[in-house]
Amino acid sequence: MDLRFTDDEIAFRNEVRHFFRTAIPAEIRRKFSEGEEVSREDMVTSQRILNAKGWATPRWPVAWGGQDWTPIQHYIYLEELQFNSVPQPLQFNVDMVGPVIAAFGNDAQKRQFLPRIANLDDWWAQGFSEPGAGSDLASLKTRAIRDGGHYIVTGQKTWTTLAQYANWIFCLVRTDPEAKKQMGISFLLIDMATPGVVVRPIITIDGRHEVNEVFFDDVKVPVANLVGEENRGWDYAKFLLANERTGIARVGITKQRLARVKEIARQTPAGEGSVWDDAAFRSRAMLAEIELKALELTQMRVVAEQAKSGGNRPNPASSILKIKGSELQQTVSELLLEAAGPNALAFRGYDVEPGSNDPLAELAWAGLAAQNYFNYRKVSIYGGSNEIQHNIISKAVLGL
Amino acid sequence: MDFDLTEEQSLLKDSVDRLIEDRYGDFERRNAYAREPGGWSRAVWRDFAALGLTALPFEESTGGIGGGPLETMIVMEAVGRGLTLEPFFSTVVLGAAALRLGGTEEQRETLVPQIIAGELILALAQGERQARYDLFDVATTARESGDGFVLDGHKTMVIHGDSADRLIVSARSSGGRRDKSGITLFLVDARAPGVEIHGYAGQDAQRVAEITLNGVKAGADAVLGGRDRGHDLLEHVVDIGIAALAAEAVGAMDALHALTLDYLKTRKQFGVAIGNFQALQHRAVDMMIALEQARSMSVLAAMMANAGARERRAAISGAKVLINRSARFVGQQAIQLHGGIGMTMEYKAGHYFKRLTMIEALFGDTDHHLAKVSDAGGLLEEVA
Repeated sequence: MDLRFTDDEIAFRNEVRHFFRTAIPAEIRRKFSEGEEVSREDMVTSQRILNAKGWATPRWPVAWGGQDWTPIQHYIYLEELQFNSVPQPLQFNVDMVGPVIAAFGNDAQKRQFLPRIANLDDWWAQGFSEPGAGSDLASLKTRAIRDGGHYIVTGQKTWTTLAQYANWIFCLVRTDPEAKKQMGISFLLIDMATPGVVVRPIITIDGRHEVNEVFFDDVKVPVANLVGEENRGWDYAKFLLANERTGIARVGITKQRLARVKEIARQTPAGEGSVWDDAAFRSRAMLAEIELKALELTQMRVVAEQAKSGGNRPNPASSILKIKGSELQQTVSELLLEAAGPNALAFRGYDVEPGSNDPLAELAWAGLAAQNYFNYRKVSIYGGSNEIQHNIISKAVLGL
Repeated sequence: MDFDLTEEQSLLKDSVDRLIEDRYGDFERRNAYAREPGGWSRAVWRDFAALGLTALPFEESTGGIGGGPLETMIVMEAVGRGLTLEPFFSTVVLGAAALRLGGTEEQRETLVPQIIAGELILALAQGERQARYDLFDVATTARESGDGFVLDGHKTMVIHGDSADRLIVSARSSGGRRDKSGITLFLVDARAPGVEIHGYAGQDAQRVAEITLNGVKAGADAVLGGRDRGHDLLEHVVDIGIAALAAEAVGAMDALHALTLDYLKTRKQFGVAIGNFQALQHRAVDMMIALEQARSMSVLAAMMANAGARERRAAISGAKVLINRSARFVGQQAIQLHGGIGMTMEYKAGHYFKRLTMIEALFGDTDHHLAKVSDAGGLLEEVA
């Protein structure tokens, strides 16, 4: 056993760290680190810098711009990316639709889409959840009926993250209404400029516009936009959701946020000193730090196992990363909220009505702490809620 | 970065696991061992020695095996699974660490071969009632007398104190009661005049002793690690002990979780195995999460047990906090998921629960170590 990185791995870590800190604009990293909204332009700028270096899509097949890294290098890359507050390359692009097209798409689709996905020339949204299909995703109802060279798509998707920026959406649609739930689903790529596609914002409790409803009303989609085989979409979705687990624990981001909690607590006056001088507060922060250290090590155990087995030996520890990782993201968002104290009341207003409600700029960080706390309730809901994760572990790992 | 055992470590693990399964697999035998003099089995201890476990941490030059904290971790996990009663922790973890880190060549030459042979039991007599978990709070005095010392005071909850041949006693040779300097460690013959030992079985059937020192003579050659310089040595010895306890807790939690899963799969109510109920399934998953997080911190504690004091302190205290919290959660949930049977003295689950609860209190509870992590400035690297 050895917890240390090799000299080569340390050199690699220093290389990626240096690149992230010098090549990505400081203002983008600052916004991300302080929980401010990172704009579409910021995301595009950041991802294109990474892509130019070949680092936007390291997990892709090498032929399509991936890196021939060891699992430990992939781990180091992602931890450093998160820890240094670089916005992660758009996950819908690089961790979801990209790998699915690379694995199951035809050559024409690969050539048409993959380079644009990597460079964020196309912004993709994920059309999975529906009003009646959340945790029970396979009960989705959006229909795609074959009509000559097209599918006619009708239905509704929801919780579609950043669809307001997207020009493409990958959807799970029902192509065989007679088949058993999982069997009649296909994976379809839809140009959002097609007539009949309508996006409506959903404003979440933090007052921000992050998710949307997307309506499809007799939308004509060329059959060429079907990925893989008809009615095999559920298999591709499972493949995609396994990819989504990449970096799901978000240890690097939570570490950075916890460091920020400490910094803010030290600067925020309370009693004779600062919030950080309050032993009860400090204890809770330390507890989070200890749990986070344990999670980091658990994640390292999983990565080391992957490095040894080429990912063939499933490690039961891997399944807890999402649950524990999301809990800690939430805990740290609570700590920041508490460090802000009464100042967290300051609310900068809804994005949909900019400037309508603007407290003093010096309170902005505290208001953001509350907004991010509200917003982070999502992390135990999305990507398979923590309760669903419990069900999966119970069945797959514990055999109950 | 590598979490696999070496071939030698795997062999050690296999043989220890086999021994413990053989001697402790039948839970009734543990009850029999507990009724033997001193509360543990001499025969099992001879098996420990025959397997080389009593030689584990000593340098090869002294007849030992040269194992480090990882080897100790492997044995302590098995100790935890078996709920074993023998004085491995007091002699081969704490005692051996004190000798290795603080012993003179002469002390080691005399004592190490006897320990390896399974003929010498050590106990660390550091705790005092008023000290709670502060290693530096020492009221026992060491008065200079002739070319040696005279020890007076009272030591509490000394693990395996009533079986020990030699006690490692912390005593104040200078300074005030709560000064970190001025503490000296002594090797004291447990049968020396003035040593009174009152042993008994604790909540977890592990033996502890209250020890009174009344004008006990200790020669200058009994000093471990230098006069007045005992605190740092004691702290390091205890940190090594905490890493070992972390592994014991992981072993116990692992076994207890497995026992609980078995029960969920076999116990039927409402016509089905109770493991079909989601409320219980989720609890079992949460136990697994607590266990895996504890396992990660046990590895960290082992890897850091001999690191520099500052890094070591934060890692060991961090590990103890997490181990304690996991131990409490896994223990409580195991009893709850078992229902009534978990409450009985007859069934093994309750004994794991009790041992885990006592481990929480050994060498510092959660609040104590949380404060220590805080004092050390945390566990994570700062953002540059």
